[in-house]
Amino acid sequence: MRQTWVTPGGVHPPENKLQSLTQPIGSLPIPDKLVVPLGQHIGAPAIACVSVGDKVLKGQKIADPAGTVSAAIHAPTSGIISAIESRPVAHSSGMDALCVEITSDGDDKWIEKSGISDFEHTSAKALLSIITEAGIAGMGGAGFPTAVKLNPGFQRPIDTLIINATECEPYITADDSLIRERAEEIIEGIGILSHILGNPHNILIGIEDNKPEAIEALAPHTQDTGINVVSFPTKYPSGGEKQLIYILTGKELPSGQIPADIGMVCVNIGTTHAIKRAVVDGEPLVSRVTTMTGEACEINRNYDVLIGTPVEHMLEHNNFDAQSCSRVIMGGPMMGFSLTSKQIPIVKTTNCILAPSVEEIPHNEPAQPCIRCGMCAEACPVSLLPQQLLWYSQAEDHERLEAHNLFDCIECGACSYVCPSNIPLVQHYRSSKSDIKKAQEEKVKSTQARERFEFRQQRIELAEKEREAKRAARREAAQQAQASTGTDAMADIIAAAQARAAAKTTSPEQELAKLQRAVSSAEMRVEKAQVKLDAALENAEPTEKINILSAALSGAQQKLEKAKVRFAEHPN
Amino acid sequence: MAFKQVSSPHAHGAQNTAKVMQLVVWATIPGLIALTWHFGWGSFINVILASITAVVSEALILKMRRRPVGFYLGDYSAVVTAVLLGLALPPLCPWWVVVVGTLFSVVIAKQLFGGLGYNPFNPAMVGYVVVLISFPIEMTTWVAPLALLPDGITHPDFLESLKLVFFSTSPMDGVTGATPLDSFKHAAGLTVDQIYQQDSLFSQAMFAGVGWEWVNLGFLVGGIVLLGSRVFTWHGPVAMLVTLALMSLIFWDSGSSQSPGSPLMHLFSGASMMGAFFILTDPVSSAVSNRGRLIYGALIGILVYIIRAWGNYPDAVAFAILLANFTAPFIDNYTLPRTYGHTDRRKATERLEDK
Ligand code: SF4
Ligand code: SF4
Repeated sequence: MRQTWVTPGGVHPPENKLQSLTQPIGSLPIPDKLVVPLGQHIGAPAIACVSVGDKVLKGQKIADPAGTVSAAIHAPTSGIISAIESRPVAHSSGMDALCVEITSDGDDKWIEKSGISDFEHTSAKALLSIITEAGIAGMGGAGFPTAVKLNPGFQRPIDTLIINATECEPYITADDSLIRERAEEIIEGIGILSHILGNPHNILIGIEDNKPEAIEALAPHTQDTGINVVSFPTKYPSGGEKQLIYILTGKELPSGQIPADIGMVCVNIGTTHAIKRAVVDGEPLVSRVTTMTGEACEINRNYDVLIGTPVEHMLEHNNFDAQSCSRVIMGGPMMGFSLTSKQIPIVKTTNCILAPSVEEIPHNEPAQPCIRCGMCAEACPVSLLPQQLLWYSQAEDHERLEAHNLFDCIECGACSYVCPSNIPLVQHYRSSKSDIKKAQEEKVKSTQARERFEFRQQRIELAEKEREAKRAARREAAQQAQASTGTDAMADIIAAAQARAAAKTTSPEQELAKLQRAVSSAEMRVEKAQVKLDAALENAEPTEKINILSAALSGAQQKLEKAKVRFAEHPN
Repeated sequence: MAFKQVSSPHAHGAQNTAKVMQLVVWATIPGLIALTWHFGWGSFINVILASITAVVSEALILKMRRRPVGFYLGDYSAVVTAVLLGLALPPLCPWWVVVVGTLFSVVIAKQLFGGLGYNPFNPAMVGYVVVLISFPIEMTTWVAPLALLPDGITHPDFLESLKLVFFSTSPMDGVTGATPLDSFKHAAGLTVDQIYQQDSLFSQAMFAGVGWEWVNLGFLVGGIVLLGSRVFTWHGPVAMLVTLALMSLIFWDSGSSQSPGSPLMHLFSGASMMGAFFILTDPVSSAVSNRGRLIYGALIGILVYIIRAWGNYPDAVAFAILLANFTAPFIDNYTLPRTYGHTDRRKATERLEDK
């Protein structure tokens, strides 16, 4: 047995996994209309490359990735593009977003598939481009474009590949059933990943010990492959990337860094299956395994669902009872979000549709005051003090929130789960996080505005001083001219004029040098900001960070412009 | 059809505040039984009287503050405060002492600070200290333990006790006596051994003081139950008891006439166990992090000992806890846990510019 490490905190909510595991993965009839959102991943939404009225085949690309951090989108079935417009989508904000609607023709006719049988002899670059073209994004929940993750750059050699099969959220069994039924394909997918990453030293499949069948299913295929299946005690949230890294390796991912920075890559096990399909079978990502569960549905099982299938279609085929249902959740009961409409489609990251009855998940009780009991702190997997975060979040004390590491909160909900006062802690944290981000952006903006203003003010002052100096000089000259009577006085005037001239020539030179230095240092700053931004883009940092960096870049550029203007305006 | 939007997590554990508070009340029962057994019905009457006063006054205040009365009363926090105060007050003390103490606890120390969760000081202890300072005679008259009553005399029965509480004008005679901590305070010039031989409070006891050892054992049992149900963590109580024991060991002075008493005597006398498991664990007014609670508990242990040994009052738990309440926010600022992915602990007062 390989050693594993234990994270602090964590909770043990009822697992509720058995009910959806009684039957094998099934399939649903093809819905009449599929709604495929263009932004199903982290990063820029894809750009539609079809137009309304076009006929498409299953697997045909309907949207191109927009830039590096993005993913292509494909038609989940054959049919006709019937609309490209804003629709409600799966997003915690409940906002609408651009979607492509396909009216299915019922044939489900594939494009011509071209797979690669010997990926070992294919270059990493070619495989990465297949993965990009297949539109694969992390299927565990975050939806990060996989090809970007698999390409950390030569300066970050990868020695550990972690496959996340934890599936720690209650109710969800999508990965579990996928492993039970398609272990061989999964291991082949892991082989491809390993090849792309230059055969990392350690390949670990992290899985909770509540999935013995899945562990057994993996065993015959991992023999003599160097792949380690590591099981560890079930506890929520072990499946968080940071938690899993610690459990398997005893290392912590430093705050603000990505796993590649410490030589690791973490991929969800469902994603490895999609990669195998893309590379070996030539099938882009058009469907995924999703758990349909909860007491408000008569049938609880896993389905291979086409991306874009409206939730309503799934619910109907499982005899959904709207009366007894407390809410429809996309994802699990701990981190999933409640849907506002049944029209919302399944996307690449949808691992579960949970329709619990009111008895199962009652309506939220009103929050009582925090009694500072500390149960939340005992449950927090990253050792925060949720009660203090709540306090400062209500006080809107941003500095204290940052000092209490609000941004290290993974929003796992363990704290709210145990809170005896029913306080929706995570909701408070989310809104504080977005407030702080907004404030930071505004600060960047206002600093720029202030600098512009100050610069203008300076220029006006300078001009005024110059004018004043000239006036004074004229006055003096006039007075002296009046007073002068002899050559002595004349000589004085000449001497004074010479002195003035001398003063003028030395100081402007220095002035000019100073301005020049200002220009070149501003140039350097612009260059540095550009490098940082490029690096961030390449590493596919979160959008907020990129926004801040690009704001910093444009700030630096503005300063450079100013410096140049000052340089040019100088009289010499 | 549109659904309601609710924030995650959707699942919730079984715990709720009312249940936690009820559990705390149940956990005081072993202590209450010990008190009643050894000191008569007085404590029981205190608890009931304080509870009624607390619930009525909290309801009135909530009404005045225009808060939903049922919702806030339902958290049982007023009852917990009342029960703890009732247990701390001397048995058979006049009814108005109980009522005044409770009113101070609930109205001034809790509701005027904003209600449950916002009180910087432990309400029960505020009430206790107010009556202790205002009515020193009533507050320092303790009933003698059953075992030490003269032959043929028992504690007054329940009705008799009620009469004493409501109609007696002077503290009752015959059944009062000193507490072990009093004995130590006032037995100047005697060595510990001499006190133990001469004072029947000790000579007839098993290991600490007649009656008191049982009361403290009762609260210890209740506290262990609460610890087992994870109502609080071990850090605060253990830190307090360990420092209290250490202090009395350091200043034991080999039992000379200067000695303030043995560790066992201090651990099982006065309000030691009740303070450790029921008062300093009040989460609202204590430090929040586990490390913070270690420091907080240790501070209380030290203060209790200092006041008992060298202060003016024989027992000190109430004062020590109130003093420590003052320091809790400062302790909090410097005892943040180390967050995952950070190499250092941070300070709550850290400014972004400092970095
Ligand atoms: S669990 Fe709830 S009530 Fe207890 S300290 Fe945390 S937020 Fe407050
Ligand atoms: S949601 Fe955040 S604060 Fe709450 S337990 Fe999870 S990480 Fe800790």
